[in-house]
Amino acid sequence: MERLVQILVDAVSVGSLYALTALGIGLIFGVMRLINFAHGELITIAAYTLLALFGLPLPVMLFGAAAVAILLALVTERVAFRPLRNADPTTLLISSFAVSFFLQKLLILVVGSRLKGLDFLPVLGRQIELAGIRLQLLQIVTILVSIVLLAALTWFLRATRLGLHMRAAAEDFRMARVLGVRANRVIAVAFALSGILAAAVSCLVVVQTGVVQPRMGLQLVIIAFVGTVIGGLGSLSGAAFGGFLVGAASILLQALLPPDLRAFREAFVFIAVALILLLRPQGLIPAAGLKERV
Amino acid sequence: MTASTPLLEIAGLVVRYGAITALRSIDLAVGEGEVVSIVGPNGAGKTSLLSAVAGLVKPAQGTMTFAGRRLDLVALEDVVAHGIALVPEGRHIFASLSVMENLKLGATVRRDAGAVAADMDRFFGMFPILSERRRQPAGQLSGGEQQQLAIARALLSRPRLLMLDEPSLGLAPMIVDQIYALLRTIRAQGTTILLVEQNAERVFGVSDRVFVISGGTFGLSGSAAEIKNDPRFDAAYFGVGMHAAAGGR
Repeated sequence: MERLVQILVDAVSVGSLYALTALGIGLIFGVMRLINFAHGELITIAAYTLLALFGLPLPVMLFGAAAVAILLALVTERVAFRPLRNADPTTLLISSFAVSFFLQKLLILVVGSRLKGLDFLPVLGRQIELAGIRLQLLQIVTILVSIVLLAALTWFLRATRLGLHMRAAAEDFRMARVLGVRANRVIAVAFALSGILAAAVSCLVVVQTGVVQPRMGLQLVIIAFVGTVIGGLGSLSGAAFGGFLVGAASILLQALLPPDLRAFREAFVFIAVALILLLRPQGLIPAAGLKERV
Repeated sequence: MTASTPLLEIAGLVVRYGAITALRSIDLAVGEGEVVSIVGPNGAGKTSLLSAVAGLVKPAQGTMTFAGRRLDLVALEDVVAHGIALVPEGRHIFASLSVMENLKLGATVRRDAGAVAADMDRFFGMFPILSERRRQPAGQLSGGEQQQLAIARALLSRPRLLMLDEPSLGLAPMIVDQIYALLRTIRAQGTTILLVEQNAERVFGVSDRVFVISGGTFGLSGSAAEIKNDPRFDAAYFGVGMHAAAGGR
């Protein structure tokens, strides 16, 4: 029983991380029809910011990581994506690869490609006992942080004027602009929010792994991207759900597969993904108004 | 047409999509409080004209002036703040958003929250079905209800000029009657209307002036009564050419 609960909590916690990552990708896809692979570098840069600020008070490190990720998100939007806003999605996708590679190589040039240890918030590595079951504090914190961020994002999208503009823009950007919704503002806010989500994911991953390296973000983003696709590209709840599903499934397979099959757990995850896409090509929670951008 | 300066003045407007010319040197003036209709067959350039005024397409040539200001220099999202609202072809309501949220988006450029709320109450009085379904996703409304929503949304910006692109398209005749009754109400309240329709018969009762467009140019124009009774109407509508034999309606 204890083992099962531990596995489930682990699955939910890893699923939450991927949900947050997928949500960051989904936000940008919603308003720009851009699959932003450079989202991974936002995660990476936030981790290196934690490394650079290590030793300073915790709030300074957290705000620093978030600020740098937001800034980088805004700069990439301004420099790499805004000039291509009316280009077709493939051009945008290639641009996002270019940004991703450029930032990765730049990081390698500046800080080197070696892993760097970062003992961030070691207190979260402790075990705690909840209702007689021993759990890692980090997993509980990851789940709680994800719930808080999801709730905050939902509140922002549902209850604020800008949130309404973002949802309208995600469904029919042209019509939203006809009504006076400012394209630049909506897109900049989406990028800033994706920066905040990336920074949160970054902090949690760094605590979990204890290392920082230039490719850490990309690995997360590739899996999370698969999540946004099976969830339904263009649908935020779909992105979160799909990301969660992929993350949780991979942990469950790791735990439940016979030992000699565990090495192939990713293959099982992707078989499931292929099946989902065969049965529901629009994803599990399809977007309402996925139209061509003009 | 009114003797004073027109509210909307278009001169020498040319719209091109790549190699295709959709509008060839259009001149049009719409006076304050007037209802002007543009009728013509599919592909005649009706939507291109409204799109150019709304800022959706950039003209290749020509000028557009609205209330004395150059419109062709205004960015798409600023057009509505100048007092122009568009009810596009196909309505383009936000299907996943609630009726209420769709209406709120209509008031995006307004900062007078109190007056917006009062306007919304007024529209809910005018459109009881929208009031009943204000919390439902707009995608669940029928076609006629969506058209009402699209019109109410446009009116919430308090436009000086309301542009409607084929408001009768895809709707049952009874619903179209309702939509046109609504246009008469809006007209009575003093809003200037620029209306585009394929269905010419519909517009005569509501318009001050009618322009017949074909192949990107106006073939015929005049008061609604004149155009309705003009023997050259069919030829102009079907673009046969004014001097050529008129085709059947």
